[in-house]
Amino acid sequence: MEYSVVSATNFNAWFGDNHVVKDVTIKIEKNQVIAVMGPSGCGKTTFLRCINRMHELIPGATAKGSLKLYDDDVYTMNPIYVRYKIGMVFQRPNPFPNLSIYDNVVAGYKLNGLRMHKADMDHIVEKSLTSAALWKEVKDSLHKKGTFLSGGQQQRLCIARAIAMEPEVILFDEPTSALDPISTSSVEQLFHELKVNYTLIIVTHNMQQAARVSDKTAFFYVGELVEFDETKTMFTAPKDIRTQNYITGRFS
Amino acid sequence: MSMSPSDTSNKKKPKKDTVANATVDGTIAGKEQMTLMKNKRLDLSYVQMKWETVFRRILIVMSVIMLIVVAGILATLIVQSWPSIKSLGIGYLWGKVWDPVNNVYGAFPFLIGTLLTSFTALIISVPFSYAISIYLGEYNTKGWLSNLLKNTIELIAAVPSIIYGFWALFVLVPIVRSFEMKIGVAPYGVGVCSASLVLAVMIIPYAASLGTSLIRMVPSPLKEGAYALGATRFEVIRSVILPYTRSGLFAGILLSLGRALGETMAVTVLIGNTSAIANSFKEVFFGPGNTMASVIANEFAEADHPVYLSALIELGLVLFFVTVIINLIGKRIITRYTHH
Amino acid sequence: MDARIGIRNTKSMLFKGLIVFLAFVITLPLIIVLLYIIKQGVMQVNWHFLTHVPAPEGEKGGGIANALVGSVIIVGQSSVLAIPIGILAGIYLSENPGTKLAYYTGLCVDVLQGVPSIVVGIVVYFWLVKPLGFSAASGSIALTIMMLPIVIRATEHTLLLLPPSLKEAALSLGVPYHRVILKVIVPCGFAGILSGIILSIARIIGETAPLLFTALGNNYLSFAVTKPMESLPHIIFTYATSPYDDQHDLAWGASFILLMFVLFLNIVTKLITRKWNIQL
Repeated sequence: MEYSVVSATNFNAWFGDNHVVKDVTIKIEKNQVIAVMGPSGCGKTTFLRCINRMHELIPGATAKGSLKLYDDDVYTMNPIYVRYKIGMVFQRPNPFPNLSIYDNVVAGYKLNGLRMHKADMDHIVEKSLTSAALWKEVKDSLHKKGTFLSGGQQQRLCIARAIAMEPEVILFDEPTSALDPISTSSVEQLFHELKVNYTLIIVTHNMQQAARVSDKTAFFYVGELVEFDETKTMFTAPKDIRTQNYITGRFS
Repeated sequence: MSMSPSDTSNKKKPKKDTVANATVDGTIAGKEQMTLMKNKRLDLSYVQMKWETVFRRILIVMSVIMLIVVAGILATLIVQSWPSIKSLGIGYLWGKVWDPVNNVYGAFPFLIGTLLTSFTALIISVPFSYAISIYLGEYNTKGWLSNLLKNTIELIAAVPSIIYGFWALFVLVPIVRSFEMKIGVAPYGVGVCSASLVLAVMIIPYAASLGTSLIRMVPSPLKEGAYALGATRFEVIRSVILPYTRSGLFAGILLSLGRALGETMAVTVLIGNTSAIANSFKEVFFGPGNTMASVIANEFAEADHPVYLSALIELGLVLFFVTVIINLIGKRIITRYTHH
Repeated sequence: MDARIGIRNTKSMLFKGLIVFLAFVITLPLIIVLLYIIKQGVMQVNWHFLTHVPAPEGEKGGGIANALVGSVIIVGQSSVLAIPIGILAGIYLSENPGTKLAYYTGLCVDVLQGVPSIVVGIVVYFWLVKPLGFSAASGSIALTIMMLPIVIRATEHTLLLLPPSLKEAALSLGVPYHRVILKVIVPCGFAGILSGIILSIARIIGETAPLLFTALGNNYLSFAVTKPMESLPHIIFTYATSPYDDQHDLAWGASFILLMFVLFLNIVTKLITRKWNIQL
């Protein structure tokens, strides 16, 4: 049994009275790509946002249960620290429009007021952009604004921004749903390379994508974690009838 | 879910950091430095948390300042006008004589002066503000001419009111005076008529800019439906656009009215500063008068008697209530309108 | 049938003609006022006019240095107070929509926008002038009250238009709330907030009524903020209503300067809003 990076036990989340994540228990292992899928409104995004404590920022949102990063309960840790350790990439590319590409990559440091040597910073920028497969394309225009890039490039810039913080886990909230097919494939390509160093949790709407990129897949349905298994097993021999129905397209 | 950092977690995390570094950051050069950086980050994050709370409190305090200012204004007005409310009663509002020398105070001349100037100005301004709204909202929504007119109208509101007053005193008043001679009333020049004319121009931008944006918001399917039935542009404007924007345009007029009621300097310079009421409407309209705002501006500095001063402040209180209520009704209509 | 359509079309054309006429004819008064002030004022303005205080009554010459300096000091003090308070309160309103405090603060902002400036003037008279005497500082407080609602609304409206994803991006990097707001949200909405600030300055620099009973006026050049101070709009008011022609000339010159200030600030606002494409 591998060491689990993120583990939830009987985890629940609410929006006001709306119980959106119900009793989820899951163990996520290191250096894997986990796809989280399910019909819209099934709580998958909420669960994702609970992992780095973004959920609680919405007024009226609450969570209960145990959610651990290694041995530490995320909910007793300092939320700022949790978010250092667990990066996030959003549905739409959202580079900071007031910052250059360079500053966008080190935004996590700069915005936190951490002083660094220029050489260290250059190193982080180059390494992160290389990991995000963007270095070659932007190395000559590092001081242009991040919003000059194309959608796919912007999304990879956001991934570089998350990598720059050296997180343990990177959360992806439908990272390709706002991208064109070519940009999508470049981002998917990246997942394979990133899992060498990080653990990736990807919420996706797209079953083909889940099948293509993930090692394991979690299927959420009305707030419950119905099934969590190897992706291959999940798509060829689902145990639960609801998973089967979803995969065969009975509902979406 | 408590956000307060406990001591135990504080001690534990650096340890976890080294574990993480050993496995994950093995590839990075200068590993120790990175670890150091992370510990620094951790320490910093607790300092940051405190600042977060402080910042949220500052935001709240700044908002509360607004409440205090408004409450303070209201309280000051009430407290300072209390002597007059107590000694003059409600009859103060329709007392026809304002004679500080003999300690007689009646606000009626100023109510009349304010209402007369404001409504005259409003009546003159409405056709123009409607025309601007329709022109900029429907006929010509883009292009340089539209922009030029829009900016010019906004400029009308930007010119300080004292400059309008000063200009009118030297240019408009002589014209009004010669007109008054022609129609055979006492040629004061200054008075309700001059003040209303200037006021009319000054308040147009408020209704016009709101009206323009509201008319631009009319959904085009509505207009296209009418065009498809063979309506002319005029008919579309009359039977689709104007009914659809009616309440919004009314709100614009209220905002203009609020401006007119509270406008001080231009009116103070032009109104003629007389507290007596003339007998005939003609004399009232063409003769000098006073509005609530102008009488405060003219007499506040020389009010030596406590009741005199207090009576002036009561005028301010009335003015405050009237303008605030008119403005709030206007804003409420706009909010309701734009949310549909 | 054709005739009826003809009549209806003619009616439509006539209506359009009327609208165009009314819409454009109303710019005439403004143009006349502007040209007249420029014509009367531009002759007055020279180095002497800008650097000297008014000559005693009945004498020729003199300038408005006291009013220029006074306006800059009074408006400057107001800005120093109103900009931080206004931006922070605006941030509160945009960040906490729907809370009770936000509702009442918003209401107060609406109320303040509607309060006649003369009322603000007499209230500040009782707050500061009655206990401490006439002073430039009390005039600044009165103008601050006039300025606040504009800055608050500009900040609020600008920040509400920013996509929430920006804030989430910063928060997900572990950036604490106050840094998210001050280093990401405010810089992204900088142009909108700035144009709101400039607009509010343009609005208050011409305000006379709040200064009548606070900063009062001063025939001499003064830098003491605890003493009465002259200002451009106030000097125009005083000299416009005086019987001396020389003083009228001073007032025309002052009007010209004030007008140029206001036009300049408005044009700057326009350029900013056009460059960054903001709606105010």
